[in-house]
Amino acid sequence: MTKQEALFTYLLRLADDRLILGHRLSEWCGHGPVLEEDIALANMALDNIGHATSLLTYAAEVEDKGRNEDQLAFFRDVREYTNIKLVELPKGDFGFTIARQFLFSTFAMLHYEALKDCADPQLKGMTAKALKEYRYHHRHSKQWIIRLGDGTKESHERIQKSINDLWMYTNELFFMNEVDEVLISEKIAVNLEKLRSDWQKLVEETLKEATLEIPDYKQYMQQGGRNGIHTEHLGYLLGEMQQLPRMYPEAQW
Amino acid sequence: MIDTMPSIDQVWEFLSEVEDPEIPVLNVVEMGIVRKAYYDDNNKLWVHITPTYSGCPAMTAIEMDVRAKLFEKGFKEFQVKTDFSEIWTTDWMTHEAQRKLKEYGIAPPKAMPTNAEELGDKVIPCPWCDSLETALESEFGSTACKALFYCHSCHQPFEHFKCI
Repeated sequence: MTKQEALFTYLLRLADDRLILGHRLSEWCGHGPVLEEDIALANMALDNIGHATSLLTYAAEVEDKGRNEDQLAFFRDVREYTNIKLVELPKGDFGFTIARQFLFSTFAMLHYEALKDCADPQLKGMTAKALKEYRYHHRHSKQWIIRLGDGTKESHERIQKSINDLWMYTNELFFMNEVDEVLISEKIAVNLEKLRSDWQKLVEETLKEATLEIPDYKQYMQQGGRNGIHTEHLGYLLGEMQQLPRMYPEAQW
Repeated sequence: MIDTMPSIDQVWEFLSEVEDPEIPVLNVVEMGIVRKAYYDDNNKLWVHITPTYSGCPAMTAIEMDVRAKLFEKGFKEFQVKTDFSEIWTTDWMTHEAQRKLKEYGIAPPKAMPTNAEELGDKVIPCPWCDSLETALESEFGSTACKALFYCHSCHQPFEHFKCI
């Protein structure tokens, strides 16, 4: 695998996670439990989709086959999407969305901190920019985890269930293969396995403070997203997201 | 093409005429959004802009406004490039920009660089009555770059331009 191929795939992975998560977050627009949270979730959707756009623009440039960011977003099918399954699950209730935000943004923050010495200047710039945003996402979801976990009996039970249900999707955060090996040797990517203990520490600290139980790490863990094997939910999401550009592929706006 | 190319100082002046679409009291130069302006070896003008936030929806509008301004000033061939090589920070906002923000009713970013961990603990003075009896309502406001506060002295909500 060449460096170019590896970098293209790596950028797609980062972009797909953020585009799909951003889409799920955008589904809250107009449906948030209170106005401030509606705005907050829409803001975070925007951060993710905007960041995904930059990543896809760069991915298209690296691929150098005449595609652009819109073609990568709107004209790839489910099997070509490389996001982890965690981000494609339906938005669920507010607690479920918050639990996913917490698990994902904690990882994204650590990942982008680790990319601070990335040898690719463009990727380094984009991730340094987004790191500041993920710190906000992390703080926001962390505060809600504590409030809901250490809240009423109802909120405690529901946030615990969300954490439990999402747990088997978290191992995919640390997925690595040849793509990562090639880029680690180029000092562009980092060894994600090295982030695992920090992620566990941050997650466990907050769950404890929220009086929540830490689920079993040894349970069955989902996999496949990075290789294009997805849950049934992604197809519906892409159907909605891609419908317009696919019906009117020449449309300009 | 214009007969004599305007100097780079003049180009910066032209760019200072472009308003920020979300905060029209500020221009895109004061905001620190325009990072570079230069002529390349072929005498083509390049303008580098950088987003405040990754998902800032105003970026497309800003790019179009910059292009429109350059066309208006007689430029025909130029390139506006989105540049991520330097990461935008509120430190780049000029003092003048901070003063205008406050006058406009938005509490300016505090001078010290901060990270998100601190926002809830910081005291942000009310831009209307300068009271320090204010409280954070939400870290996310009407645009990505602002947080929502409430003043307990004059009982007004206000926005604070977050430090990043």
